[in-house]
Amino acid sequence: MPLTRIDAFDASLYWQLSDQVSLRQEAFGALAYHHVNRRLVFLKSRELVELVKRLGEFDSARLALATMVPNDQQGRYAMALASLARSGLLSGR
Amino acid sequence: MGAESTLRTRFEHGLAAPICITWELTYACNLACTHCLSSSGRRDPRELTTIEAKGLIDEIAAMQIFYVNVGGGEPMIRRDFFEIVEHAVTQRVGVKFSTNGTRIDPAAARRLADLDYLDVQVSIDGADAATSDKVRGEGSYAAARRAMDRLREANFGAFKISVVMTRDSVEQLDELEALASGYGAELRLTRLRPSGRGAVVWRELHPTIAQNRRLYHWLVERPNVLTGDSFFHLSALGAPLEGLNLCGAGRIVCLIDPVGDVYACPFVIHDEFRAGNVRDAGFGTVWRDSELFSSLRSPGNPGACASCGAYDACRGGCMAAKFFTGLELSDPDPECVFGHGERALEQQRVAIRPHPSPDHSRRLTVTSHAS
Repeated sequence: MPLTRIDAFDASLYWQLSDQVSLRQEAFGALAYHHVNRRLVFLKSRELVELVKRLGEFDSARLALATMVPNDQQGRYAMALASLARSGLLSGR
Repeated sequence: MGAESTLRTRFEHGLAAPICITWELTYACNLACTHCLSSSGRRDPRELTTIEAKGLIDEIAAMQIFYVNVGGGEPMIRRDFFEIVEHAVTQRVGVKFSTNGTRIDPAAARRLADLDYLDVQVSIDGADAATSDKVRGEGSYAAARRAMDRLREANFGAFKISVVMTRDSVEQLDELEALASGYGAELRLTRLRPSGRGAVVWRELHPTIAQNRRLYHWLVERPNVLTGDSFFHLSALGAPLEGLNLCGAGRIVCLIDPVGDVYACPFVIHDEFRAGNVRDAGFGTVWRDSELFSSLRSPGNPGACASCGAYDACRGGCMAAKFFTGLELSDPDPECVFGHGERALEQQRVAIRPHPSPDHSRRLTVTSHAS
């Protein structure tokens, strides 16, 4: 199965949790496992877990960030999403 | 990094469910490798039935355990092997299975190639027949290479070639890398542990300190070589190797043996590390409530390593390696890169080495060398 290579994360686009990913709640946040590229990723806060779970409900990642994350933390969360996208955990439309 | 060590602490306190489990499907094996971790050979009449095996997979899926490392014995000897594997992958429980390759005929290779979420690891213990067969038995290397050829012919994709690092195979790292790359395969190197029948051969077969140092530097330069977090004891030499670099026993991994007994990790099949049985109240209950696992999840005692500056990197090494060489769990790893483990072994007055509890070796084929 070919993987989509994502070099740049564009927050103005639509993103969702890839349907190849299992997300499991843990005390520190969640573990995410990509069943095709076999990557295991740690989501280190519950807020990030909520954001990732609901990302697909918004027209763009930026809109999701604006709705769900306080202003002063949006940059940090955008970087976290970019890193998840690089690992193939997020997919576009 | 601070965030990383916090996460490691979290892991050491245990997870809601394992990241993965190792499941030995059967004690039956047509080979008799001298270092077999599970002392396999003869099937155990109490092994889980097909229905029980499928029920266990259902529970694994419900607990969202991401994948299962299937081994044995030789798992493909079980007649229901494909039925069990297919039951897992159709529920998206990934399967990584280890095989000696003897049962991978062209039809089996095609069937394996058709499955998603499946990884195959073919075991050899050297880059040539002479080196590998010394450990795994005559003809085993040729059989494994045939299996690799068939996987390639079936367009399986990148399978894995799994090699235990012995005093001999560790001298063939570049040849092993070339062999894997010739197949478009991934190379996977694991540590020789003194577990199971490995207890008999460990002293003469485990890599020397100098070899381990070379191995560490070779691995640092090759983050794509898989190790299953085998060599975290070597991270005391400098930058951490790829992986979580911690002992996951009972915290993030565990082992289920063919009769359903749950052990802390694949390398401690011994009564002292048995947490329960999946037949009693299910796997989840064992994982959550076992007293053994609770104690493994409580803060460890650095023991003899407390004053060593590298303790944060290696965490005192591998529990199983200490246990089966007769060391205390608070002692250094027997292969401590600074030689503290060797000194601890020398200081043992009478080496009382625990014998593996269940032994399924075929009685006639096991040889041991009196030295």
